[in-house]
Amino acid sequence: MTALLALDDVVKDYASEAGVFRALHGVSLSVNKGEFMAIMGPSGSGKSTLMNIIGCLDTPTGGVYRFEGVDTASLSETALARLRNKGIGFIFQQFNLLPRLTALANVALPMVYSGVAKGERDSRAQRLLASVGIGDKPRSRPSQLSGGQQQRVAVARSLANTPKLLLADEPTGALDSKTGVEVLALFRDLNEGQGVTVVIVTHDPEVARATNRVVRIQDGRVFYDGPPTEAALYGHDLAAAAS
Amino acid sequence: MIATMLAEAWGALIANRLRSMLTMLGMIIGVAAVILMLAIGGGVQKEVQKSISGLGSNLLIVTAGAGRQGGIFGGAGSGASLRIEDADAIAGLPDVKAAAPSTSLPAQAVAGPANWATNVTGSTPAYFLVNEWQAGDGRIFTDREERAGARVAVLGQSVADKLFGANDPIGQMVRVRGISFTVIGLLEKRGQGFGGQDRDDVIVVPLTSALRLLGGNFFRRSIRTVSVSVASAEALDGVQDDITTLLRRTHRLRSGEVDDFQVANLTAITDTLSTTTRAISLLLAAIGSISLVVGGIGIMNIMLVSVTERTREIGIRMAIGASRAAVRLQFLLEALMLSLIGCGIGVALGAGIAFALSGVIGFDTDVTVFAVTIAFAVSASIGIFFGWWPATRAAKLSPIEALRS
Repeated sequence: MTALLALDDVVKDYASEAGVFRALHGVSLSVNKGEFMAIMGPSGSGKSTLMNIIGCLDTPTGGVYRFEGVDTASLSETALARLRNKGIGFIFQQFNLLPRLTALANVALPMVYSGVAKGERDSRAQRLLASVGIGDKPRSRPSQLSGGQQQRVAVARSLANTPKLLLADEPTGALDSKTGVEVLALFRDLNEGQGVTVVIVTHDPEVARATNRVVRIQDGRVFYDGPPTEAALYGHDLAAAAS
Repeated sequence: MIATMLAEAWGALIANRLRSMLTMLGMIIGVAAVILMLAIGGGVQKEVQKSISGLGSNLLIVTAGAGRQGGIFGGAGSGASLRIEDADAIAGLPDVKAAAPSTSLPAQAVAGPANWATNVTGSTPAYFLVNEWQAGDGRIFTDREERAGARVAVLGQSVADKLFGANDPIGQMVRVRGISFTVIGLLEKRGQGFGGQDRDDVIVVPLTSALRLLGGNFFRRSIRTVSVSVASAEALDGVQDDITTLLRRTHRLRSGEVDDFQVANLTAITDTLSTTTRAISLLLAAIGSISLVVGGIGIMNIMLVSVTERTREIGIRMAIGASRAAVRLQFLLEALMLSLIGCGIGVALGAGIAFALSGVIGFDTDVTVFAVTIAFAVSASIGIFFGWWPATRAAKLSPIEALRS
């Protein structure tokens, strides 16, 4: 298996009034193509920082982050934007759809930036909406859709440019548990059916349980990296074992 | 991509209809002001041109030199230096269409019980040609009548009104200095001249008659002015020089002696007037463009608000792959669209007001393609200039910060 992304001793510092705050203390992590995994950790653990770096929204202060073997530090802003556009699909807790645009236009938006022609864009967006189960609502605006439907639109949007990596930040956090389960099943289908690598950032053990691998972050360090055992999901015994 | 971005920019403006309209209002008023000012300025210019051409186009006026008695100048034209033969000689010069010798004297005109103090001009039929003046009623006198010294007169409108009122003056008698003239024609109305004088307050009689009957026998063959009509504007300067050379020779003036005549060129007046009116319309346009700049600042203001409001949207767009250039372009297009739509409405409004106004102020206003082109070009520049900073601010946002907002 080849590594889709690899972090090698990644450090991230933030300057604050109190001085320099170190959010990540040398994180090393490798994710292979086709993996279905969760990054867990309590708030303030540095998991959001890690997600931003993996998603190429932020750059590490130290260490190396490679995406498909390319050191992201060597890429220009424009190249990073292209990577976010074509290589990575983002799914957010609050869906982050553009309220003015229809479901179809939201799904088509990444293809606008990658230069896909209008006709092809719309037909592809329609197919994607159908594949996530809401092909009957292309003209609806986000405000006319339920939370679950909005998250499905967001998933369809993330798949627009057939990315290598789906990066989901608390994707079920704003959904009721039944809808949450459906969205997770959708991820599972994408992973198994199309071989999309899925990384879910969450603090919810029930979400992480659905994955094949759990990485626990605490105080800016990798605390656990392995299968989703009960101990890994809840973290208690790990903390006890570490102390 | 541009088409999609234009559609999105349009969507963004539509989403905030009222705000977009209010923002555009600045541009609308600015553009309307500029268009209106240029239209009025252009109209004034045309009007001035029209009244200048009413003086007779491509006209040179040769005046006799000042007469002098014991060192006291009698004023231009008072001398006896200009003679009818001079007019004939000038008429023979190349590029000269016609030359009309004339003399004029103030006189009391009497018709029946009515009388009126006016100017009596004696000239040849060429006078009407040179001054582009025709009889509106009746006829002007012929060369034969002129040479014969016929006692006929052509009246200006004002004189006819004073002497005959509503009656038809043709065929009636007018007495000037005790001599009776038969009215044979009534001239077209010409209106006021530049000094505000009434150009219709005149009686024109044959030059021979004026010299024989009215001027006494003092200056028999001498005249005050020769009006010269030149074939083209380009030939004016050449003809002016030719006349000077000709008259100096025929008047036997030695080099060093001053001219005993003047040749006046009306284009000098024309040029001054058009320069003045152009300056006025430029000034008006400049005042209008100040409001354009204010409109541009309004656009910048609202674009800054818009960028702040839509920080999250910008973050989302960046996360799904919008480059900074694409974000900047999006906001620039919105600013550009605001200014250009504002400009379009402003042009329509300005042209509409100009059109409505021409009825009120009594002369045609002039909305030119040039003015409209300038308005659009300036508005586009303003949109880009004042949209640049907000758009750059949007493009410089950090995606993480933007998403967090």
